[in-house]
Amino acid sequence: MSVQGPQQVLELAKVSRTFGQGATAVAALRDVDLTINAGEFVAVMGPSGSGKSSLLALAGGLDRPTSGGVFVESTPLAGLGLNALARLRRRAVGYVFQDFNLVPTLSAVENVALPLELDGVPARKAHRQALDALRQVGIPGLADRFMDEMSGGQQQRVAIARAIVGSRRLILADEPTGALDSTTGHGVMEVLRSRADDGAAVMLVTHEARHAAWADRVVFIRDGRIVDEATAMHDPAVLLAPAG
Amino acid sequence: MSIRHSLLALLQDQPRYGYQLRVEFEDRTGSTWPLNIGQVYTTLDRLERDGLVSNDGGDGEGHVVYSITDAGRAEVQGWFATPVERSNPPRNELAIKLALAVTLPGVDVAAIIQAQRAASMRALQDYTKSRRDTAANQRAADTAWLLVLDSLIFQTEAEIRWLDLCEARMVQLAQASGTRSQARKPSNGVTAEEAAPRTAENRR
Ligand SMILES: Nc1ncnc2c1ncn2[C@@H]1O[C@H](COP(=O)(O)OP(=O)(O)O)[C@@H](O)[C@H]1O
Ligand SMILES: [Mg+2]
Repeated sequence: MSVQGPQQVLELAKVSRTFGQGATAVAALRDVDLTINAGEFVAVMGPSGSGKSSLLALAGGLDRPTSGGVFVESTPLAGLGLNALARLRRRAVGYVFQDFNLVPTLSAVENVALPLELDGVPARKAHRQALDALRQVGIPGLADRFMDEMSGGQQQRVAIARAIVGSRRLILADEPTGALDSTTGHGVMEVLRSRADDGAAVMLVTHEARHAAWADRVVFIRDGRIVDEATAMHDPAVLLAPAG
Repeated sequence: MSIRHSLLALLQDQPRYGYQLRVEFEDRTGSTWPLNIGQVYTTLDRLERDGLVSNDGGDGEGHVVYSITDAGRAEVQGWFATPVERSNPPRNELAIKLALAVTLPGVDVAAIIQAQRAASMRALQDYTKSRRDTAANQRAADTAWLLVLDSLIFQTEAEIRWLDLCEARMVQLAQASGTRSQARKPSNGVTAEEAAPRTAENRR
């Protein structure tokens, strides 16, 4: 057996984030420790305002902690300049924003291909990978539509395609099923699960237990602290599939 | 669960002996509700006594084979045609536990809720994984098992949503009493209100 442990893709070490100062300061996160390994799918659940989006933003390098360290594939984000950080985000991190954050003047496939092209992937190859990502989220036929020609649910799927395109090793998704019907939501979970099974580290913020249940670990957050965790047991005594 | 009707329904399919009935039942319900063989034999005796099945004698290998009678068919038809009775209201140990917990001093209700939520989530994870694995290479016989899994998933999801609601109510209550006594500030300005939007009641 290998002595080396599983490969850590994301590590949050004693991370705190406080917004504002003095009497009006809000401690959004307090001393959070969280590690996600390659191939692991972690869901984050908690009431509104408990710090889920703040946690995801720190993990994706979109925000910096007030104290503590964030490491992506062992690189401390605090040590990176803006350009290096932007490059790491494009290459290694796929991020699904709660409000999609798509470019309205680009078509669906162009939105998805954009991070690849910014990263120097040849246009034709980026286009091919973008189409593949759109296929995975179930909307290959909408590749040439612009954002104002799509429903909220369809835009959400474009946003998810943009996060999984290429070979991102860390996928962060903030309530990615909010605008989706339950069948489509299920499809998105299948996509995230299969990315994890292919070796990516996935962190999903959701308030839907049925979606969180696709994860290997479910982390519960309250008032900016991780208060509990549920890890699937896959206990054959509890669940015995019919004998084949 | 009605063992009696389940066995009758399986006999409507074809004559079977006790052990076959047990295997068939468990196969179709994913062993979610294991049957012990003693229950199967006792039930078959009663069904025979009531004229719903007939004892066809041995199959030559030491098994007693039963087949369904016309009265038995009518009974199965009636069972399928009648909505499942809801014991009034269905007993729910979790609801009873929490109802008592909130009314007793010195019980940490929030801890009870969270412990249950984590346990329910673990079960939901297992059901979801099992569903995924079964659907990935589905045999014809798995249809029944998938339906059972879906039912377990819905129930467990509902339980977790209810726990979330209980917790929000608790926060609301604590806040209301805090406001009355000392205008106590919640730990993080927003959480309580967002978790449980203010009602006219606690604004007073
Ligand atoms: N940019 C910000 N400025 C001030 N407060 C913020 C900011 N972002 C988040 N917060 C506060 O931090 C807390 C956690 O917010 P957030 O991470 O968005 O929670 P969640 O995603 O779980 O709903 C809330 O109290 C929120 O009001
Ligand atoms: Mg949020």
